[in-house]
Amino acid sequence: MTDVITRTDPKPEVVAPVKSGSAKDRWVRRAPLLPALIFAIIVTQVPFLVTIYLSTLSWNALRPGDRSFVGLENYVTVLTDRRLRSALTNTVLLTAGAVIFSMILGLALAVLLDRKFFGRSVVRTLLITPFLVMPIAAALLWKHAIYNPAYGLINGIFGGSTDWISSYPKAAVITTLVWQWTPFMMLILLAGLQSQSEEVLEAARVDGANAWQIFTRMTLPHLRQYLELGALLGSIYLVNTFDAVFTITQGGPGSATTNLPYEIYLTTFRKFEYGEASAAGVIVVILTIIVATFALRVISSLFRMEESR
Amino acid sequence: MTTLAAPRRKRRPANSVWGVVAWVAGIVFVFPVIWMVLTSFKQEQDAASNPPSWVFSPTFDQYAQVFDRNITPFLLNSLMASVFSTLFVVLLATPAAYALSLRPVAKWTDALFFFISTKMMPAVAALLPVYLLVKNLGMLDNVWTMVVLYTSMNLPLAVWMMRSFLLEVPREVLEAGEVDGAGLITSIRKIILPIVSPGLAATALICFIFAWNEFFLAVNLTATNAGTAPIFLVGFISSEGLFLARLCAAATLVSLPVLIAGWLAQNKLVRGLSMGAVK
Amino acid sequence: MQKPGKKLSFLIAGATVGALVLSGCSGAGSSGSGDSADNTITALMVGNPQMEDIQKLTADNFTKQTGITVKFTILPENELRDKVTQDVANQGGQYDVATVGAYEVPIWAKNGWLHELSTQANADSAYDTADLIKPMVQSVTGDDGKMYAAPFYGESSFLMYNKEMFEAKGLTMPEKPTWAQVAEFAQKLDDKKKGVAGICLRGLPGWGELFAPLTTVVNTYGGTWFEKDWTPKVDSPEFKEATNFYVNLVKQYGESGAPQAGFTECLNTFGQGKAAMWYDATSAAGTLEDPNASKVAGKVGYAYAPVNKTEYSGWLWTWAFAMPKTTKKADAAWKFISWATSKDYEQLVGKNLGWPRVPSGKRTSTYAIPEYKESAKAFADVTLGSIEHANPQNPGVQPRPALGVQFVGIPEFADLGTKVSQEVSAAIAGSTTVDKALADGQKLAEDVAKKYK
Repeated sequence: MTDVITRTDPKPEVVAPVKSGSAKDRWVRRAPLLPALIFAIIVTQVPFLVTIYLSTLSWNALRPGDRSFVGLENYVTVLTDRRLRSALTNTVLLTAGAVIFSMILGLALAVLLDRKFFGRSVVRTLLITPFLVMPIAAALLWKHAIYNPAYGLINGIFGGSTDWISSYPKAAVITTLVWQWTPFMMLILLAGLQSQSEEVLEAARVDGANAWQIFTRMTLPHLRQYLELGALLGSIYLVNTFDAVFTITQGGPGSATTNLPYEIYLTTFRKFEYGEASAAGVIVVILTIIVATFALRVISSLFRMEESR
Repeated sequence: MTTLAAPRRKRRPANSVWGVVAWVAGIVFVFPVIWMVLTSFKQEQDAASNPPSWVFSPTFDQYAQVFDRNITPFLLNSLMASVFSTLFVVLLATPAAYALSLRPVAKWTDALFFFISTKMMPAVAALLPVYLLVKNLGMLDNVWTMVVLYTSMNLPLAVWMMRSFLLEVPREVLEAGEVDGAGLITSIRKIILPIVSPGLAATALICFIFAWNEFFLAVNLTATNAGTAPIFLVGFISSEGLFLARLCAAATLVSLPVLIAGWLAQNKLVRGLSMGAVK
Repeated sequence: MQKPGKKLSFLIAGATVGALVLSGCSGAGSSGSGDSADNTITALMVGNPQMEDIQKLTADNFTKQTGITVKFTILPENELRDKVTQDVANQGGQYDVATVGAYEVPIWAKNGWLHELSTQANADSAYDTADLIKPMVQSVTGDDGKMYAAPFYGESSFLMYNKEMFEAKGLTMPEKPTWAQVAEFAQKLDDKKKGVAGICLRGLPGWGELFAPLTTVVNTYGGTWFEKDWTPKVDSPEFKEATNFYVNLVKQYGESGAPQAGFTECLNTFGQGKAAMWYDATSAAGTLEDPNASKVAGKVGYAYAPVNKTEYSGWLWTWAFAMPKTTKKADAAWKFISWATSKDYEQLVGKNLGWPRVPSGKRTSTYAIPEYKESAKAFADVTLGSIEHANPQNPGVQPRPALGVQFVGIPEFADLGTKVSQEVSAAIAGSTTVDKALADGQKLAEDVAKKYK
């Protein structure tokens, strides 16, 4: 939506780009990039400019003809709105919860899969399956077939009549997300584990280090960048969670699971306060830019790692 | 290129114990999916029984119902949106990735980070302007709108991913080709394409998966003509008695293409999802 | 990695070609916007059984007679509201026929978003507008006296109870019960061990979900959202008493999963014999009396909506078909609307799907059809009585500033009601209290009132 360019420092470049050279040569080089760049700018930046414009209007679509310029008033409304702040907290909690738990589980599974055993590729196929189920289908499946108090699988197997979604709304959403995203974390961490040098590990073993020492002192530090990458990418995808909230809890009970995307959706298409919704959107974008600045630093360092390999 | 590289570790007896643990974990993880598929072959009464019924006589009734409710146009819309957006993504991203890797433009890192920054931005902040723009263009409820949006959604991913594949083309081979006087077209056709075609395929599959599964934009921008498979699924919950088995049948059906695609592409999945950062 | 890669690219090539061929074929029929032109209209329906019946009957009847194809989108109630409001308010033009409720029609008519139907309806003698039940017509009429939507079915609310369970405990349901009596029955009939709830009540957030029954309880307890001069009364003692009563009743003796239960879930619960009573829409009876869809067919008794301070407390609602102003196919759309809301359609449903499923509550003549009277004898009188006694002008004990029994007929109410319902639903789940929910609700109501005072 907007341009977040924050390189910490120039990376070691694989191929030196032409700094000089004729204008024609530069354009020849640029030509293959332009279609994609122009397309991305039009489709992602133009709507953002429109959002900024809309955020200065008082415009409720339910009252036609009522549209006027109000400057920054919408920002005041939105920033003083308790609901938006709680949505921000919920977003952080849901995202962090899902990322952390899927990371821990993913690490455990990756360690398991890093060993050789009978049917390993089958097990890997089984493990990635949750990630491939359509998110909205997964959300419906968990809501109706698993959490449902009357005929859901959990109460069906363990008995009781706990209403899981109402009693533990955040946990219910996070569990569903963790189920879907653990395979993703597992795959990244598995790639990290498999890039460890076997000779170094063997040498440590010869020196008398036990498995736990090797894991904590050698494997984990080696995995650090993979963990960072997993956390970063997981957060990018999960911070925008809409399907699960929309389907499983509708943001409730109360606003216990209303995250920013869902709150903005409600302001846009249930309250129809277009000005307020746009202002909230702009604020979210600004917040994202701040977070992304740090995130991109992580990516840059990863790229150095990758390219120096 | 270490994915599934055979570990050089010696087989130790402890491994078989861990193997069992891994198998159990795998089955636990996949169990909800198995349950979904099982339920889809049940009668509604069996599906809603408590405790759950494990033994039942399978039926295709629910699948028949799904097709009765006319799922086909929704599947075709999904197919169209996914296939064409994937096609456009690949057509746009491959040259761009080329200009950001093998023959890089001056500020190639800036361009690269511009692409990824568009991926970080919340789609919801763009929903309203996109809705209004699309409406003013008279393109609401149109498959091509979804094609354009899915193309832009997947473009950063594809650029980064294709770039990482293109970087694998050995510099020396390219230079040797240039010395031999091979033109750009020839070197692309003879040298680059053969090396990156598996990468191209993987990129396409990942884009297909994301486009097929997309719900947020679809639910807000489509209606009857361009409704995609996820939209069908949401409308499938109804009040006419029990619906769990029908729902599972529909969910199984719409998830199937991506399950197959993902299983086929599993070796490349991690690379695509990490935008090429992890191989 | 190389080998699977090659195989993979082949597979993809194959899949792509296949997909292109397929989508090429479909392109002719389904996409490309303008092609299927004049003979296809699009309709948005709410996922109620009666609307699903339309979908089943359209192709073999309506399309055969007129050559007009109807494409349906069916959505659950809350999603439907988002979608239809979004489309109509923005003049999105995605639908030729949209299902709208009694709440929206007058507001939208005033905004000039709907196509008036009076001209076409009056010109069509077979349609017989005089046959439509008066309160129903009023609820879809704009300020200019024209009809802006055609009622498909009309409903009030009443209390349904499982006669077998009542007999087993030796209890008798009066014709016009009070809420105090209902609470007593609920306590006696609640049987957690057997998985039978004393009463089923909606707890799903949404002004049209939880707050439909709850507002009628508030009304009969003497509360209101706003007084005549727009003074908000959400934190008044009456509103609190009613909400506490409702929340405690459903918490103690209600169905499991109540905070997620709307009309659909309650219909399943009660229809599966898992609740002794259910207070909800009269239109549920049609499905409950259908042995194919319900386990309690023939075992259900019907009583008037429970009361406290008022004589009646049933709501008034209609799901009606409207044409957004943006439609370019008004003639075809009217043909469909008039077919689906006609006397003939009721006959068609009765003969094909069974008489209890007829979309009733909108035409007086429905209650004169012998087969319908026979099949609906358990609930027809109570339904008609409830509809006729509902009073949208003055549903409680004090004069109101806007129309509506279970809602306040202003555009802001959808958001207000939904937000407060989320809090009340959370109170049912036990994560907040009624007092806090209503104190927050009062603040929201004050914001709304500012625009009207």
